Amino acid sequence: MRVGIEVNGKQTTEDVEDRTLLVHHLRDVLGLTATNVGCDTTSCGACTVLLDGEAVKSCTVLAAQADGHAVTTLEGLTDPDGGDLHPMQRAFREQHGLQCGFCTPGMIMASVSLLRDNPKPSRDEVRHALEGNLCRCTGYHNIVNAVMDASGQEVQA
Amino acid sequence: MSVVGTRVVRIEDHKLITSGGDYVDDLRDPLLTGAVHAMFVRSPLAHARISAIDTSAARELTGVVGVFTAEDVPGMDGPLAEPWLAVDTVRYVGEPVALVLTEQRYQLADAAELIDIDYDPLPAVIGYESALAGETLLFEGTDTNVCGTQGEPEAVTGAFDDCEVVVTETIVNQRVAPAPLEVRGASCAWGPDGRLTMWLSTQNAQIARGFLAARLGVAEERIRVIAPDVGGGFGAKIGADPEAAVLGWAAREVARPVRWIESRSENLTSMTHGRGQRQTITIGGSKDGRVGAYRLDLVQDAGAYPRLAAELLPSFTGLMSTGVYAFPTVEFASRSVLTNTTPIAAYRGAGRPEATAAVERAMDLFAARIGMDPADVRRINFIRPNEFPYRTPGGANYDSGEYEEALDRVLAAADYPALRAEQARRRAEGDVVALGIGVSTYVEVTANGGGGESGKVVIHRDGSVTAYTGSSPHGQGLASTLAMLLSDQLGVPMGRITVRHGDTDEIPRAIGTFGSRSLQQGGSAIKQAADKVIDAARELAADLLEANPDDLELDEGQWQVRGAPSAAGATWAQVAERAEGGELSADLWFSDGDATFPFGAQLAVVEVDTETGKVVLRRIIALDDAGPIMNPLTFAGQRHGGLAQGSAQAMLEVMDYDADGNPTTATLADYSFITATDLPDFELLEMATPTDRNPLGVKGIGEAATIGSTPAVQSAVVDALAHLGVRHLDMPTTPIRVWNAINAAKEVR
Repeated sequence: MRVGIEVNGKQTTEDVEDRTLLVHHLRDVLGLTATNVGCDTTSCGACTVLLDGEAVKSCTVLAAQADGHAVTTLEGLTDPDGGDLHPMQRAFREQHGLQCGFCTPGMIMASVSLLRDNPKPSRDEVRHALEGNLCRCTGYHNIVNAVMDASGQEVQA
Repeated sequence: MSVVGTRVVRIEDHKLITSGGDYVDDLRDPLLTGAVHAMFVRSPLAHARISAIDTSAARELTGVVGVFTAEDVPGMDGPLAEPWLAVDTVRYVGEPVALVLTEQRYQLADAAELIDIDYDPLPAVIGYESALAGETLLFEGTDTNVCGTQGEPEAVTGAFDDCEVVVTETIVNQRVAPAPLEVRGASCAWGPDGRLTMWLSTQNAQIARGFLAARLGVAEERIRVIAPDVGGGFGAKIGADPEAAVLGWAAREVARPVRWIESRSENLTSMTHGRGQRQTITIGGSKDGRVGAYRLDLVQDAGAYPRLAAELLPSFTGLMSTGVYAFPTVEFASRSVLTNTTPIAAYRGAGRPEATAAVERAMDLFAARIGMDPADVRRINFIRPNEFPYRTPGGANYDSGEYEEALDRVLAAADYPALRAEQARRRAEGDVVALGIGVSTYVEVTANGGGGESGKVVIHRDGSVTAYTGSSPHGQGLASTLAMLLSDQLGVPMGRITVRHGDTDEIPRAIGTFGSRSLQQGGSAIKQAADKVIDAARELAADLLEANPDDLELDEGQWQVRGAPSAAGATWAQVAERAEGGELSADLWFSDGDATFPFGAQLAVVEVDTETGKVVLRRIIALDDAGPIMNPLTFAGQRHGGLAQGSAQAMLEVMDYDADGNPTTATLADYSFITATDLPDFELLEMATPTDRNPLGVKGIGEAATIGSTPAVQSAVVDALAHLGVRHLDMPTTPIRVWNAINAAKEVR
C-alpha cells in the first residue's frame, strides 16, 4: 500500500508491504538508521520515535498507521540548517548520559516526549517515564541527570 | 594545561546523539550491495537426536538463495567439539541447526518455517545434581559430564579442626544473560581480490580474524575484520562466535555478500550466558572474629559446550577466592559440568564476581554466627596496607590496597550507626517494611595475565594526530581518554586528535578489550608510542632550530629552546614536515604491564516489605578505587553501569530453565532486565591508590563496581530479614523467594 508520512519535516510517499513496521520503514526504506531495534517484545524502547510529538515504540506501529501523520526521529531533532543540538541532545552529551549509544536515540526521543508533557519532572518521575527504555551501560543515573539538565533543573553529582 | 584528570565530555558522542552510531545492521557499505539475509534455524529442544532434516520445501520458496545444514559445512574434530551446525544431536535450546539465506529479510522466517527437522527427544541434563550424577551424558564416548576440574576435591588440611566456629552453606550464583542492547550481528563479503571483509559486533576484531582464518582455512592476511560501533559487549562479544564462521563460509559458497542480525529472543538463548556456579562455602575461626580457614568448593555450569567455563572462569574464581582477607588456610576446588543449556562464558567480571560473592557471603554468615557486626569482622581480617605486594594462597600477587580505609569511608558516608539505629527502631516497632544494610569489601584483578597491546601514534604534516589502538572500546569512552592522554603528552588540542580502533587492516596486531584491560594495556601502549614520537621529534626539531636536542623542551605543542621562550620555536607541523614522508610515527607493542588489583567497599540499603516480599533498593554507596582517574566523567559512568548490573543480579535477573531444558526467560518480556525504576541515584566516593604495574599507574574500572555491588545488595536483603530468622537467600531476591523465606523461617520458629 501507499503511505505518506511527514518524516523529520519532509513529506515522504512510498509503496510498502502492508505488514511493514514503522521502524523497518524508517531504517530500510528511508535510510534513517539512528532508530534501533533491540528486542522483539516491545520491551526495550530502542526504537522510540515521536508520532505527532508523542513517543511511540516504532516496532509496534505499522508504517500504514503513520499514514498522514508526522514522525520525528533522532536525525530530525537537530536543526537541519544551523546544526544546533536540541537541548536534550546537548544534555545527554554534557551529562555523559550515553555510553555505547545503542539505546540513546530511543532514550532521547522518550525524554523529549516526557518534557513536552511534564516540563519540570522530579528525578523519580523521570525514572518512571523512562521505565520502558532499557539501557545496559549507564545504570540510568546519568540519563536522569541529562533529563534534569535539559529541563533546566539541578543535576546531582 | 593538563586535561587528564579533568571532566571532559566525550568526543564519541556527537555522532551518537545526532545521526546515531554505525552499528553492524546500519551499514550500507558498497561491498554489501546485493547482500542476502541470513537466519539460523535453532533447536527448539534441549537435548535430542536429529533423525531427519528435509530442506526441499524451503529451497523451493521464492527468494531463498541457500539452505545449509551440518552435511554442507566443515566438521569439527575432538571429543567435546562444538559443531558449526548441529550434527545428529542438539544439546541446547538455541543451538544452530541450519542456515537459510534469502533475498529479502522478510522471507527469512517463512523459509525457516519450511525446514522440516525431526527430533527424537532425549532426557535433558538440567541443574548441577543432574549433571554430576551423569545418568544422562551430553557426549557419546564419555563417561562423565564433568569437563574440567581444579584444586583439591577433598578437604586436606584439617584446618577447620582447630576452629571454634565453623559455618558452611551451599549457595547459588545464578546464570544471567549479558544482554547488551545491541544483539549479535555480522555482515560479510568476499571481494574480487579474494579477501573476506567482515563487519562484526565484537570486542576483539583481531581475535575474530584469527578464528575465521582457522575455520575457513585461509591466511589471516586474506581476512579483514572491522568492528563498527558496537552496542555493548560485557564480555559476551569477545572474539567471534561459531556463527561468524558459518556466515563467512556461506558468503563464499553462494558468492554473495551476507547480512545477519539475530533477534533478541535468539540472543537470550544463543549468546553465551554468564555466572552459573553452585558454591559450597565453609568458613571457620574464633569467636573474637578472626578467620582461621576458608574453603570454596564449586560446581561451574559450563552449558552444553566447554567454552570459557570449563577452565578459565573457575580459575579466576579460585585466583580471587580469598578477596581482601588474610586467611591463614585456604582450600579451593571446582568441577565444571556440561548441561543442556546455553554455553557459559565471560560476563562483566568473569569468575571474579563469583569469588567475591562467595567470600562476602561467608563473612556475613560467620559474623552472624558469632554475633559480631559484619563490618567489624571484615576489619579484623583485612590484608593491611603495609603487607603489599601481597601474595595470596590462590596465587595472586596484589599490588596495592587500602581496604580498611575504603570501608571506613563508606561507613562514614552512609552514617552506618544511624542506619543500624533506624533498623533497630523498625524492628522494635514491628514495622512491616524492614530495613536491610549490606556491606561488601572487594578486590578484583584487571588485565589479568598482562598480554600486552599495540599502540601507534602518527603526527601528520598539518600537525594533527592519529592514534591507532589495539584496544576496542564499545561504550567505555576510551577514544576520549586516549585523546586526553595524547593532548597532554604532545600539547595538541583534543580536537586535532583522531583515535582509530577495531579494523584489522589498520591495526594488524592487537588483543582488544576484555577484563578491564584497555587503559592499562592499550593506554600504556599509546603513551609509550607518544614518548617514542617525542624522542624522534626532538632530534628533528634540534636540526630545525639549530640547537642541541638536550636543550629543547616541548611546551604546549611548541618545540623550544629551554630558557629562551621568546625565540622562535617549531610547531608539530614543521617537525613532521622534516620527517621522512612528511609524517612522524611510532608503532609498538607494549608488553611490560602486569595485572592490577582494583578494590573497594560498598554499602547497600534496602527496604523489604515483609508482607509481599518486595525489595526496594534505596541507597548504594560505593567506593571503587582503580588508581589515578583519567576522566572523572567516564570513570563514574563505568561505575554506574557496574552498580546497575551487579544490583540486577542480586535482585532481579536470572536465566532460568524448566526441567526439560526449555528456557523460561527467553524474551525481554520475561527476563527481568533492570530498569530505571529499579535503581536509586548512586552515591560515589573517590579514592585513588596507584599501582606500579604499568606506566600510567592505573587499574581497570570496567568490572569493579559490578563485583562489589552484587554481594552488598544481596547481603542487605538477607540483613533485612535476619530478625525473622532468615540467614541466607539465594539470588535473585525476588518477591516470591523473599516471601517463601520469611514463611519458612516462621515455620521453623
